[in-house]
Formats: sequence, C-alpha cells, structure tokens
Amino acid sequence: MHIVLDDIHKRYGRVHANRGVSLEVRAGTIHGVLGENGAGKSTLMRILAGYTRPTSGRILLDGDEVRWRTPAEAVARGVGMLYQDPMDFLAMTALENYALGRPWVPARELRRDLEARAAELGFAVHPEMPLERLTVGERQQLELLRLLSLGVGVLILDEPTTGISGVQREILFAALRRLAEQGRSVLLVSHKLEDVEALCDEVTVLRQGAVAGRAERPFRTRELLEMMFGQPPAVPRRVAGAPGEPVLVFRDAWATGGRAGLRGCSTTIREGEVVGLAGVEGAGQNAFLRLAAGLNRPYRGGVEVCGAPAEGYRRLRQRGVAFLPSGRLEEGLVAGLSVLDHFALGRTRIPFLAPWRGAAERAEGAIRRYRIRGEPGTPVEALSGGNQQRVLLALLPERPRLLLLESPTRGLDLESAHWVWEQLLAHKARGTTIVFSSPELDEILMVAERVLVFHDGALVADVKAAETSVAELGSAIAGKTPPAPARTPSPEAVVEAP
Amino acid sequence: MNEFSLVLLAASVVATAAPILLASLGETLTERAGLINLSLDGTILLAAMAAFAVAHDTGSVGLGFAAAAAVGGAVAALVGFAGVILGVSQVAVGFVLTLMCRDLAYFLGNPYSRIQGPQVPPLPVPGLAELPVLGPLLFRHNAVVYLSLLLVPALWWVLYRTKWGLEVRAVGEHPEAAYARGIAPRQVQMVCAVVGGALVGLAGAAYSLALKPGWGRPQGAEGIGWIALALVIFGGWHPVKVALGAVLFALLQVAGIPLQEAFPSVPAQVFQVAPFPLMIFTLLFMGLSQRESVERWAEGRPWAKRLVGAFRGAAPRALGRPMKGG
Repeated sequence: MHIVLDDIHKRYGRVHANRGVSLEVRAGTIHGVLGENGAGKSTLMRILAGYTRPTSGRILLDGDEVRWRTPAEAVARGVGMLYQDPMDFLAMTALENYALGRPWVPARELRRDLEARAAELGFAVHPEMPLERLTVGERQQLELLRLLSLGVGVLILDEPTTGISGVQREILFAALRRLAEQGRSVLLVSHKLEDVEALCDEVTVLRQGAVAGRAERPFRTRELLEMMFGQPPAVPRRVAGAPGEPVLVFRDAWATGGRAGLRGCSTTIREGEVVGLAGVEGAGQNAFLRLAAGLNRPYRGGVEVCGAPAEGYRRLRQRGVAFLPSGRLEEGLVAGLSVLDHFALGRTRIPFLAPWRGAAERAEGAIRRYRIRGEPGTPVEALSGGNQQRVLLALLPERPRLLLLESPTRGLDLESAHWVWEQLLAHKARGTTIVFSSPELDEILMVAERVLVFHDGALVADVKAAETSVAELGSAIAGKTPPAPARTPSPEAVVEAP
Repeated sequence: MNEFSLVLLAASVVATAAPILLASLGETLTERAGLINLSLDGTILLAAMAAFAVAHDTGSVGLGFAAAAAVGGAVAALVGFAGVILGVSQVAVGFVLTLMCRDLAYFLGNPYSRIQGPQVPPLPVPGLAELPVLGPLLFRHNAVVYLSLLLVPALWWVLYRTKWGLEVRAVGEHPEAAYARGIAPRQVQMVCAVVGGALVGLAGAAYSLALKPGWGRPQGAEGIGWIALALVIFGGWHPVKVALGAVLFALLQVAGIPLQEAFPSVPAQVFQVAPFPLMIFTLLFMGLSQRESVERWAEGRPWAKRLVGAFRGAAPRALGRPMKGG
C-alpha cells in the first residue's frame, strides 16, 4: 500500500511532539523512521495506526484520505502496528491472544491457522503456553502473525529489536523482507542505526519532532548520524588499569529470579575491572547482579562483597555498593516525586528533617552537570527515559567501590548511551569496579574488559573482551560450546564506528 | 449425629452459601474487567432493605428481587461511572458508598423494621427431590439457591469459553491493548460493573426474602460484603475457586449451631463471630501458597506442588487502574 503522511502536527498541551512531518512510503518497500529518543517517532506512528489523533494533517492510503477514530478501524483498512510497549495479554495463552480482536472462530481452526502462518515465516509458536512464559521476541512474532492474519498491508514496527536476541532479530528481519517482497509496506521505527542499515530501503530521520532529512540505500552512516544529532556523538574510550583486590566473589551460588535463576555460579571480580554480563533475557545476568547487590539471597553457596559475606542492600550501600536497576521508574526512582525530592531523600544528617537547602543546591548542580532536560520541581515520570537515567547517575554516591548496573543504556539513543558510559567510565578511572548486564553485545565489547556469558542460569564462559567477538559470544549465549580463547580480531573491528 | 441430620446440615450449608455465592461471583465478574467495587457490604444491605420493602408493599417476591438487582446495579454503575469514566479512585468511591448505603438502608428501612413480610417459597425439583441424600441436599431449596449454584458453571463458561468473556479478561489485563484490538474497554467495564452489581443486589434480597427473612438492625447480612471481597482475592479471581471459598464460609457459619449444642457453656456470640476470623485465617493460609519459599518447599513434593498450584491465581493486571488515553 502506498502511504503519504502530509504535514502532521501533534500537540500535547505545550509539548509539540510532531511539527509538520511529511513522509511517503512506496508499496513493497521497507521504510526506516530514525531518530533519537523523544524525536517524535512513536507519536507519528501511533497517529498512522489510529491510536492517537493528529492535531492537524492528512493521512493518504493509496491516494484516499483516511481519518481513523480507533486503531481497529486502521487495522480493518490494512494498517497494523507492533507497539513499543507490547500490546498483548500476559496472563492469557498465545492462542487466546491470537483470538482477541477478531470474529469468533472455533479454537481448533484458529490454532491450525496460527501454526500454518508461523511455519510460513519460520516462527516458533506455542499456542497453549501463557504469554508470560514466552520471550519478548516470541511475543512479537505472535503479534506479527496476528496482524498478518487480519490482512494488513502496512506494518508498523516500533523499536522491534529492543529486548530480543540476535537470532530472533535475524528471523524477524528475514520475515520482514519476505513481507515486503509480497508487496506490503513496512515502517521500521528505530533509534539504532544498524537496524535501519541492515533492513531499510529508504529512511526518514526525525529530530525534535520535525523531519531532519531523508536518505536511500546505500546509506552513509556519517550522514545519518549528522541528521540525527546535528553532529556525530563521540565513542567512549576504554580506560586501562590493572585489577586489584577481589571485590566480588561468588562461591557456587544458587538463586531464584529471572527465567532461569542462577545455578552454581563461581567467579571472582577484582577492583577496577569492568565486567559485562551477556546472555538472553533472564539467563542469569540479573539474578547475578541482584545477588551481588544483596537484593536476593542465595539458597545455596555464598557471595562475598568487599571482603565480607553479602548482606541486605542497605548494609552493602555503606560498603560502597551501588545498584542501578533497569526498571527506572519501577525500581530506581519514585514516580510522583520531583528531581529535587530525590536529592533530599535518604541523605539526612539531622533525623526527621529533610535537607531541603543542600538538596536544592545538589539538584541544580546535577541538572547542570548532567544536562538533565527538566527543572528541580519536575516529577521524574515526566522526564524522558534518557533524562531519568541521568538523574539516577547523578544520585550515585560520589565514590562507589562497586557499581552494579542492569542494562544501563536500555532504550537510550546512541548519544545518550555514549554519554552514560563516559560518566560511568569516569568512575572506573577513580578505581570503581563496574559490573553490568546488556542485551547488546556491541555495547559489552565496547566498554567491558571481561565478559561473563550466562546460559540457562549457568555461567558458561568467562573471556577477555579483547580476545573474543560478537559471533563467539553469540554462540556461547545460545548454549553452544564455550568460545575457544585467542584467535579473534580485536573488538574495535566489531564495534560499529561512526 | 445420625446420617439424616448430617444431610440436613449439609443442605443448610448450601442454602447459607447462596447469597455469598451471588455476591462473590458478581464481584468476580466486575474485577475480571479491572474494576473494584468496594461498596459490596453497603450494597447488600441497601438491596436487602429495598427487596423487603418492595415485596412487602406489592406482595410480590419477584418484584422484590427485581428491586434488589436494580439497587445493586445502580450503586455499581455509580462506582463504574466515577472509576471508569471520570477516572476517580475506585477504592475511595467504593468505600464512601459502602458506608453511605449501609446508613441509608437503616434509615429508609426503619418503617419496615421487625414486621412480617413475604418470603421465597420452597421449590422442590420434581423427581430429583425424592432422591436419597442428593434430594434433600440439592433439590429441595428455593429458586435463589438453584440460581446461585447454576451461576458457578455459568460464570466459568462465560469467562473462559465465550468471546465476550475473553474480551472481559482482556480489558482487565490491559485495557489499552484491548482498545488497540477494537474492543471498547470502558463499555465492557461498565457492563461488568452493572451486571456484577445486580448479582450483589440479588445477594441482598436472598437474605431479606429467603435466608434471614425480614428487615431489622442488624439484619444479619452485615460483614458478608467484606467476606465476598476477600473471597474474590483469595479465590484467585477464578469463579470455581471463589465458589469453593464461599461454601467453606457457609460451612463455618452453619457449624456453629451443632457446636453450640455440644458446648452450652460457651457464649453463643462466639459461634456467631467465629466464622469471620476463621475465614480470614484460612484465606491467609491459602495466600501463603504465593510465597516463593513455599514454592521452593513444594518443589520435589508432587502432591504439595499440585496443591500450591491449585491455590495460585494472579490479579487482573489492570485491576483498579483506569484506561489511559484512547
């Protein structure tokens, strides 16, 4: 289907999320919508999918102007969207999810239909399995199949590669290419250059709610980065340093949590090391971090932090341990409190009274130093994801001994991500040990010195970042034989260089 | 105790359970759609009063039940309107309404206090009522009891086997996603609120026109609304488990009668009040099955694992949270 978005504006109160965006997608092509966080990509796509109504502007499908009142209307006309926050039902089975939103069909027939469609695209489905036991990638595949079964000719995918494994990404991209060959139009929204470069025929770049430029394959990375950011962001540099005393010791530790828990993990992490934890979602990395932070206890084995057995997080904080959870609003910050309130929390010298004056100074200072887009009085939930992460970083203690980070750059654009790492590596230069998990192998290889790979709860590989590659780590993550040491190119070769 | 009186006792458990079943299953439907109607306790009393007053004045038990359902539906519609349409805190609105409805019931019901009125006639099922044991146990009750018993499989069937039930559960889980699939979440929630509320209203009528006929202060239905709310939570929002809980509570209430005969020295009030704390403790005990440590203990003990699994039930994810946007 041929799509034209013509001069779309969207205002939320004083915020102007889309400022006259125009975009054209030819039938049978894959069109990328690229931009950093908060550039207005999702808003624009929600407008096309009928979930949000534009303040002004026109949508033309094959030359006809359409005005959606509901997303269901858009689907009926052949426009379907995979939202960034999955729009599915975790407590229900895959088949029930598939059945919702369509005329009633006998379960057996529907099941056959689902399995046939899945086989066609090379997806694995588990019709009777509750969705909460599937991975993000599997849920995405199911939702894709559902939209296709409703006959959509335009497919919008909002950040589809966040939280899925490399293998699932390849399966997804192959499927999208096939769908485009069949004459469907695909819109891929992403803040990741490599997604767009790998898949798209054309790309429209948004910046601050407006179109910053367009490009066609073959893309020039530098050009795209300039359109996204004005100027390309600098890559953080690894800082050298010799490891010192053991800071974190795992002795055959077993714990629950995540999909697989942690099964019999033994390792030692020394002062000044930067260690990346790799693995598919829930394979043990987060269970590892939560044990180290004292947020969970091993049911067998032991964990030592800074030379003494681990205790609860409150106690460990006094030993210089700091933990940054991936759920920023769920666990890291207190929704409803302002930036200033956060600086006043938990640092009282006089009991009972809140240290407002000191907090105000520190909040102002942090906003300036960390370039947080907000005021001291801004509620944290009103900040963008990148700015929330900046607040969390600003709240870290001055000189932590051990920093534990869960996906520290989740959902951040390249510039913010690099900026975050610059700050973190500055801590490392002062002797802080950093242990972090990340779904992005490139990120791990960029900043870590050492990589621990988890598969199904077990620590399956422990390698130096300089002596391994994405391909080797990928096979270890998938549970294949651990990578053989030292025969690989340096990590700089795999880090995408802008 | 001989066999005959045991059967009679069991039959009175079935009769006592009827209003508890109606109320807790009605609330189950409402909460499955994501709405909490906390006004149950007051609604039951107001509906009980309305049922008795209408039945007394018109001489028609049927009209009494209709009035009770209307009262229950109307109060629930208020909670729904405030919570779903206006986006006000459902808990606050429900709490205020429960207190208001109770006082309103005592105030408006004053002229009807302690007077004779009509009752639901017994309705033995022809043929089945003559069966040994099963006959007196299940088939010599009144229409309300039959309705409450049929409601258990009916609600299960609606929730888990029909398209509408699937949509109700979807709305309770993730209203925004339901909206994206062409369902009108607010409409579904309003319908579930009113239908669930009407069932709660029928529970009130089941007290004042059948189980504890008449009106007074106290009526005897006080506290049942809170028990029904607790049953929904600990029954894991599943109609069959909720129903089992309701029957258990009825058993605790009925067991007081023979126990009182057996221990005449214990004050009668103890047996009247005991079911409430006992039920709370039972529910707490069942709630333990959600704990991770219990789960770990059950690992490797197949019978315990099955038991723990049977008690497990998660709240609808969007329970009490109004839909955003759309």
